[in-house]
Amino acid sequence: MQKQAIFQSKLLPYALVAPQLAVVLIFFYWPALQAVIQSFLLQDAFGLSTSFVWFDNYVELFRDAAYFEAILRTFFFSFAIAASSLSFALLLAVMADKPLRGSMLYRTLLIWPYAVAPPVVGVLWIFMLHPSLGVLSRYLRALGIDWNPLLDGDQAATLIIIAAAWKQISYNFLFFLAGLQSIPKSVLEAAAIDGARPMRRFWTVTFPLLSPTIFFLLVVNIVYAFFDTFGIIDTMTRGGPGKSTETLVYKVYSDGLLGGNLGSSAAQSVILMIMVIVLTGIQFRFVERKVTY
Amino acid sequence: MVEEEGFRRYVAHFILWIGIAIVAFPVYIAIIASTQENALIANGQMSLLPGGHFFETYYQTIFVGTSGSTREPVGNMMLNSLVMALMIAVGKIAISIISAYAIVYFRFPFRMPIFWLIFITLMLPVEVRIYPTYKIVADLHMLDSYAGLALPLIASATATLLFRQFFMTVPDELLEASRIDGAGPLRFFWDTLLPLSRTNMAALFVILFILGWNQYLWPLLITTRDDMQTIQVGIRKMITTTDALTEWPIVMATAVLAMLPPVFVVVVMQKLFVRGLVETEK
Repeated sequence: MQKQAIFQSKLLPYALVAPQLAVVLIFFYWPALQAVIQSFLLQDAFGLSTSFVWFDNYVELFRDAAYFEAILRTFFFSFAIAASSLSFALLLAVMADKPLRGSMLYRTLLIWPYAVAPPVVGVLWIFMLHPSLGVLSRYLRALGIDWNPLLDGDQAATLIIIAAAWKQISYNFLFFLAGLQSIPKSVLEAAAIDGARPMRRFWTVTFPLLSPTIFFLLVVNIVYAFFDTFGIIDTMTRGGPGKSTETLVYKVYSDGLLGGNLGSSAAQSVILMIMVIVLTGIQFRFVERKVTY
Repeated sequence: MVEEEGFRRYVAHFILWIGIAIVAFPVYIAIIASTQENALIANGQMSLLPGGHFFETYYQTIFVGTSGSTREPVGNMMLNSLVMALMIAVGKIAISIISAYAIVYFRFPFRMPIFWLIFITLMLPVEVRIYPTYKIVADLHMLDSYAGLALPLIASATATLLFRQFFMTVPDELLEASRIDGAGPLRFFWDTLLPLSRTNMAALFVILFILGWNQYLWPLLITTRDDMQTIQVGIRKMITTTDALTEWPIVMATAVLAMLPPVFVVVVMQKLFVRGLVETEK
């Protein structure tokens, strides 16, 4: 697509793109390039000498069992967060899509967690489920559960997943509601006339028509679980206990900035970049296809 | 719908209220905790009803800060967050709208390569290039500065794409008309295009403000001075794993204060925000 009516000017367009180009080059391309270069270098502990080591950092990374565990953990977290948050949000959206009195109020009351920052989400949930002072921990103990996410890795992981999914409900809810409202009512009415009960109508008509939205949200949720959970993890568990809540992004941070292992951290960054590019590519292809439907 | 009467409707209301309760419960607890005494909370005996320390806690939180860990008034942290969020929102909109204008309304050499250079930034969040970005900001002597906080986060293409898409829908006749009126490119931009983009800019502003206010990893890295801390970083520094040291009422009051501006923006600007969100993300 091109505009027919345009201006002729030699210098003005460059002046107009210059500010953004400058910011992007300095704060995006330069560091990205640095990450790639750094990933091929090995630096001694004092930063005195560096040598070019080709793919050693990558090879070492893939020989490291801890890295594979972090990959598996990240995918598991992403899947658990996306699945729980998407299913709950879909249930709420289906209910809110019905012609109910006060549906605007419901919508307002459900969308605001979108605006809550990840570290605040972390603080809220660690407070409620803190082993010694958490309000909810009392009930868990009353149920006979030995609840201590500060010591038990599985419980810490559960806590992260609950908090991260909680924050994402509102976002998914909004998109599901928009998706549901774009389904023509006549299709559902036709199915109803054919004698399909509400549950059947949902699974045979609504759900398939909603599948583009579901797929889009799945990708968005995975990207969210990859990156935006950093603040939640850092406030709640700091990757621990042990390494039971250390995701890929958290590992980049803790290896590079806390551990001083720059080459490995950079190699991890590059791998992450590739992963995100693939995910975004999928998203774009899908969005484009959707436009031509 | 056909049989959407009576019982089913009550079920829907009921499920929605359960959803709202789940969504609101953590915040309710935070507000309640911020009005109670720390000793009570530390004993694990927090009550689910408000206590009597509301004004005291919030006064101390905003103007004094914790007596232990950071000792920085949260009011100051909020100011830092506000400056950062505004710089990100305004800065990104400003540089994006003019570059989108150049790309849509001009033909010039390297137009498409420049567009792609900007477009690719859409894909990579700051988290994946965090260390090298930190190093560059340090080399440029921008640690502990508002510019250092905001600039790296401005470097992404979402807003440029949105404006580009919007400009493509603006009828060509408008340009012809202002040309007949003798307007040059800058005049057309200022008098015609900018007023037309007002709602887009507002929706984008809402989203970018929240994005900026909620930043965490980046400010955590580049602020070393306590007085440059943003509220998201400050709150994490207040909590320690050893219970006795954490002043929970102040932490919870800080959490409530950190939520207020973005949640307020979302609720008040709901329509704009929803439209902006669906437009930018899809």
